[in-house]
This record gives sequence, C-alpha cells and structure tokens, in this order.
Amino acid sequence: MAKFTLDVNGEKRTVEVAADTPLLWVLRDHLQLTGTKYGCGVGLCGSCTVLVNGEAERSCSLPVSQVVGKNILTVEGLGGHHPVQEAFVAEDVPQCGYCQSGQVMQAVALLSAKPKPTAEQIAAAMGDVLCRCGTYDRIARAIARVARR
Amino acid sequence: MEGQGLNRRELLNLSLLVGGGLVLGRVWPSGAAEAPTALQPNPFVRVGADGRVTIWVNKSEMGQGVLTGLAQIIADELGADWSQVEAVQADADPKFGNQNTGGSTAVRTQFEELRQAGAAAREMLVRAAAQRWGVPAERLFAKGGKVHDPKTGASLAFMELVAEAARVPVPQNPPLKSPKDFDFIGKPMPRLDARGKVTGKAVFGSDVRLAGMLYAVVARPEVFGAKLVSFDEKPALQVEGVVKVVPVSSGVAVVARDTWAALKGRAALKVVWEPGENASFSTKALLGAMEEAAAKPGKEALRHGQGFVLPAGARRVEARFSLPFLAHAPMEPQNATAWFHDGGLEVWAPTQVPMPARQEAARVAGLPVEKVTLHVPFLGGGFGRRLASDFVAEAVEVARHFTVPVQLLWTREDDMTHDFYRPPSVHQLEAAVAGKQILSWRHHQVTCSIGQQRNPARAGQVDRAALEGAEPPYAFPSWLVEQTLLPVPVPLGAWRSVYASQNPFASEHFFDLVARELGEDPLQLRRKLLPEGPLKAALRLAGEKAGWGTALPAGWGRGVACCSSFGSHVAEVAEVSLHKGKLKVERVVVAVHCGRVINPRLVEQQMVSAVVFGLSAFLRGRITVEGGKVLETNFDRYEPLRFSEMPKVEVYTVPSEEPPGGVGEPGVPPLAPAVANAVLAATGKAVHRLPWEA
Ligand code: FES
Ligand code: FES
Repeated sequence: MAKFTLDVNGEKRTVEVAADTPLLWVLRDHLQLTGTKYGCGVGLCGSCTVLVNGEAERSCSLPVSQVVGKNILTVEGLGGHHPVQEAFVAEDVPQCGYCQSGQVMQAVALLSAKPKPTAEQIAAAMGDVLCRCGTYDRIARAIARVARR
Repeated sequence: MEGQGLNRRELLNLSLLVGGGLVLGRVWPSGAAEAPTALQPNPFVRVGADGRVTIWVNKSEMGQGVLTGLAQIIADELGADWSQVEAVQADADPKFGNQNTGGSTAVRTQFEELRQAGAAAREMLVRAAAQRWGVPAERLFAKGGKVHDPKTGASLAFMELVAEAARVPVPQNPPLKSPKDFDFIGKPMPRLDARGKVTGKAVFGSDVRLAGMLYAVVARPEVFGAKLVSFDEKPALQVEGVVKVVPVSSGVAVVARDTWAALKGRAALKVVWEPGENASFSTKALLGAMEEAAAKPGKEALRHGQGFVLPAGARRVEARFSLPFLAHAPMEPQNATAWFHDGGLEVWAPTQVPMPARQEAARVAGLPVEKVTLHVPFLGGGFGRRLASDFVAEAVEVARHFTVPVQLLWTREDDMTHDFYRPPSVHQLEAAVAGKQILSWRHHQVTCSIGQQRNPARAGQVDRAALEGAEPPYAFPSWLVEQTLLPVPVPLGAWRSVYASQNPFASEHFFDLVARELGEDPLQLRRKLLPEGPLKAALRLAGEKAGWGTALPAGWGRGVACCSSFGSHVAEVAEVSLHKGKLKVERVVVAVHCGRVINPRLVEQQMVSAVVFGLSAFLRGRITVEGGKVLETNFDRYEPLRFSEMPKVEVYTVPSEEPPGGVGEPGVPPLAPAVANAVLAATGKAVHRLPWEA
C-alpha cells in the first residue's frame, strides 16, 4: 500500500491503496464516488468514463499511480446542473441509468473539445460508451440540444 | 417513525386494504395516536403533513420506468400535484402484493389495484373537506394537490386536510375517476429517476456503501457444474487488502478491503476443479442434435383443423432456422450486499423478485423470513437475468462469516459466463401452397425447456410456456405446431420476451419466403390473412407510417413482421442497406397496440429499447459453449449495439381505451424477423441462422 494524493473534482484527496489499483476502484471504494460505474473492467464499455485533464478516459484501465497530479473530474464534479446534465434530463435520456454517468462524461468531453460537433464526430466519440437499454437516439438529441445553445 | 396517518388501534382494525386484499403489515408506535401527522390508507401512498406525496413502487425499476409509470397511476387517482410526488422503491414485503417484475406485467396486472390505492387516499381527503365545509362529498373533487368545491369555488390544499382525513375510515371501494378526467395517465410525464441517474446520485445495487463494508468476489469453475476439489488460500491472503477466503456453494470467495484487492486475491488463489461430465459439452454438438431432431416429427403441441396436410397437387415450401444461446448482459453485473446484525440480516439486492430473493436469503442464513430485510436499489438493467436469486444467496453465504456488511460483486466475465441463458432453438417450417393460397402450415420447434430444467419431473411433457409466439395469428385453413425438447447442462432462463424471441423469428421470416413463392406482397398477404383486431391495426399503422411500397435506394430492402405477446400487439417495418456485405439497419418503424397508454414516453422508450436489444442479438448475439465453458466472456465477443449503429426508430401507437398491455418485452419479437425480411427483400436470400453472417 502506498499513499496517493489525487485532485478529484477540485479537491485534494489522499488514499492509501496498492499502486496498481485502477482509478475506478479508488473512486468507488475509497472516495465513495459511486457515480462512476464498473461495466467490463477492460476498456470496452465506457461506464467508468471520467475526465482526466479534460480528456475522456476509462477509469477501470488507469492505475492510480498514473493520475497523480492530474485533474480528475467525475460525474459528481459536474455539480448536477451542468448543461449536459440538464439536456439529458430534458430529453429524458436514462433508462436503467447504469451507463449514464459514462455517457454524460463522454458527452462533456466531446462538447468541450468541439462545441458544435458533426454527426460523425458525435458517433466517433459516443461509440465508446455502450448502452444496453438503447438510449442512443435520446443521447444524440441531448447532445444536439447543448450544441444548439 | 415520522409521519403516520392512523393510530395503532385504527390500523389493527384495518386488516384489509383496498383492492386485492393486501394486508397492512406495519404497526406504528402508538404514541402517534394523538396527532396523526400524515395520511396513509395503504402501503402504497402517503400524504404528509406538509402535503408531500410519497408513493411506494412495488415493482423493481430496471429501466422500464415503473417508478414513474406506477406513480402516475396512483397520483392521478389521488389528484396530486405532480411536483409534490416522490416515488420510492418498496422493500420486499408481502404487504406490497406481488412484487415480481417480469412478463411485462407491472401495469397490466395492477392497473385497477393501484388506482384504488390512490383513490382511497383521495376519498379520505375529499370527505375531510366535506366535513369541514359541511357540504356533500359527492360534489367535491381533488386535483393539483387540492380538494375543490365547484359550486363555491373554494379549495383546500391536501396539507390542510391531512390530519382530519387520517381519521376518516379507509373506504373499501373508492370510486375511480372517469378516464376523461385523468391528469397524468396517458400523459408523457418525465421520468422521476432521470436526474438522479445523470448526476451519479441514483444508488444501484453495487453503489451501496456502508461503514466498515468489505468487498467480495467469487472464483467460479469455468465448466458448468464442475466441483471444487481443493484450494490454496495462501497466495490470495498474501495480497494486500485481502481479509479472508471462504468456500461457498458456487466456488471460493475472496473478501477484501476493496474490490481491486478482492480481484487480485482471486487471481492469486489456486483452485482445483473436477470438471465432471459437462467438460465434453459443446453448443456445436447440441445444435447438430437439434438440426437432426428438427428433421424428424416432434410432439404435437398445438393444432388447428387437421393439423398439417399436403393435399395432392399442392406444393411444399420449407425452411429451417437456427438460433443461438444468448446472455442477458445487463450493464450492471450481478451483485448484492448482505449484513448480519442485531440477530437479523439486512440485504440490498438489485432483484426482479424481491420476495423470493428475501426468502432465499432467509433460507441460506437459516433465519425466519421476518428476520430478513431486503431493500431494492436501482437495477442496472434486468432483462430477465435478475429473476434468479443466485447472487443474493451467494452474498449471504459470504456475509455470514462477518459482522460487517459484505458486498459481493460479479465481474463482467462472471456475469457473462454464469448467466441463465436464453435457450438455443432450431425451427422447421413447412407450408402447403397451391395457386395463391396457403393451405396448411407446420412449425416444429426444437429447443430446451426452461421450465423442465427447473422441474425435471415435467420432462417428457409439452412445455406450453415455450410455445409463446408459435401459434400462427393467420387464418390458415389448418396448422400444426410440434415441439421437441432436448436436455442441456447450461443454465437456462427468461430473456426479454423469452420464447417469443425465437418462435416468431422463424414463422414471420418463413411467412415472407412463402409470400415470395406465391408472388404476393408480404404486407398485403398478412393483411389478407389476419383477422380484424389489434394486431392487424398495428400492422396497418406500421405499413402506413413506413411508406410501404415506396421506392428505396439501390442496395436497400424493406421488411415487415408482427407479433402479439405479453398482452400487446406490435408490428415493425425495417429498412436495411447492404453495401459490400455490410448490413446496416437504417430505419425501424414500430406500431404498437398496447391498450390504454399510461405514459407515451415510456412506451416509446421501451419500443426503441426493444429494437436495440433485438438488433444487438440479430447482428452479434451468440453464446458459444465449448468444453463445457462459455467462450464469450466480455463485450469484445458479445458486443451490444453501439451508438453509430443506431437506426432511426419511429414509434407509433394505435389509440385504444382497452386495458393496458405489456410494453417491456413485446417490441422485441418482431424486430429480428422484420430485419431478416428486409435482408431477404434486398438480397433474395433468407437468414437461416442468427446472428447474421454476410
Ligand atoms: S468498466 Fe471501464 S470501460 Fe468498461
Ligand atoms: S440506460 Fe441502461 S445501460 Fe444505458
């Protein structure tokens, strides 16, 4: 075990974990930030997506030792009324909801890099986050809603 | 216990609840007798002293929207102000009636009962207002969280009436609203769970966090039914953070301070398994045996007229279809949290069957069921997988070794390789045709029985449940459905729409092959052969909205299929494009007749969701077993539909005031045959096996 001080949602948080612990389990089991979900553990589903220095990353595949000193933003850090969250609510996007944190974070990363994304750019970015309930069409509408603003 | 509507004596007098004889299970402290601070005539609804309405939803929210839809029904009859409504997931408790969430039944089996629950509270408020004003209750009505007197124009907010209303006897048969007065039923009320789910606040089973909690994963055998011979726990215990290793019925559990340590401990654990007789089982051999069986006659299961006859001079059309095992793969893997404390057991289980899960927990714990509390957090998808309580039993088995709470988590690999799978099937279809007529029809279904696997005493019988969707809806002069069931060592279970995900694929796709043989348009032929009724209405609407018969770009094809299941009737038209062997489903038009719609948004969501679910299976869904093990272990080899593959889906509803039908499942059955028929139209080639291969 070793001590790591992380910058999570603008706060310094210190945890004592094994150095190879994926950020996902640090967030969920040590910092009680359970908005970030486990879906596959190997970078295939995107349920665990967080932003690291503004880029969408799969926290299941990111050892804690690699994120020290970087800005980590989780769904909790968006504050609850982020334009993307408001758009998801307005479009009634979630079903079971399990993938939704990942969808929201992926959309936040996309829209901050490309405020007016093309259909291809949206498909390329959102393709990384699976939704077993099939909420894709409403996700597309929510993204369009933010892009229109 | 804050906020109760009735004092103890009153409660004990009210042994019977409105609608359906539900028994009040809760006895509140008698100290509340002097000043009732809330109105709660039954377990489903409470109006607080502040006017806020709490509704207990007795079915599990797994994405289908019951939290919102069922709350709408109760709130409507109550006359609530929607902004004052809070819906909470009920714990497992017989007072909530049948909490099992499956078979697309949440609305259709409880519509009247839930209306009565809301109406009882409303009547009590209305009578309290009538007393206060000294006017007849009959002329008053409730709406927007107030009781109104249309004659005087006066109104009183619920919060002003709660204390008096709580003293009014609970009406046994409260009058129900006339549908023309519905405020929420039939309206696209936004989901009550949406915000929590996009902010990370919604608590799923695996999000339960309790002080001192430990985390567990289980090492399981790869081969179905393999037995534990021995294990060496030392290497696992050497992993930092691992606390204990305990054998359980399903394998060996590693318990640790966090999930990662548990996973590393499991990887380090040395386990010896005796693979047993299933080590030689393969799906290839099973499907081969099914094909052989399909070529022979089966057991007669359903018949109309003379069964299957091939008159002299008639031609025979035949085809065979083969479908694979499928996994549910809900986005949230199985998990449960169990905590033995104060002589009892507390469980948090994302389950579709709260009471059976609670009973199972009690059985494993060796406790009477009253000593077990079971909470139902959000389910990260269900699709039938969470009808089983295996993961609950496992969590309890592990937790009994501890005094702190233990969360058991299945990895994706555990989930995919230890599912209760949709059984595979082979279907032999035959039709006798002459001129432009279909004279007779035969469908031989070869599959594995979920019911008989659970209850082997029924082996040898026809499994009626497996016939869902096999009975032709068409006016064929005679037809026959046969069945052959093969035993299988792979665990089987209900998968969204169950056998209706199979039988109609074969029969609806075959229908188009026959239509081609006859030179008939498949939609017109269906319309000719379907009796007037809801399915035909759905078919007509789907054809109209899809623009059936209009031109499509080169390389595209259009197909239709329809099916009645779970009390509803759905027709779908799919448009596909094929370029260099790559299949893309471009558009799907869904028309559904599901009786009275409670929430059109939820209906639309479920239909779109069913299209995605069906399409994932059509394109890539296959579970392969070799050497007794599942080969698809994660989303790389079992990959649901992705964003870029999403077709344009349009949903239309046939207006109806008939009792509500199901909506969670009925959208699935027509999808695969509609797409196969579109492929057939585009290429002239039938789809004989799923998943689709170029
Ligand atoms: S859990 Fe990280 S990508 Fe699936
Ligand atoms: S909302 Fe259920 S997986 Fe996306």
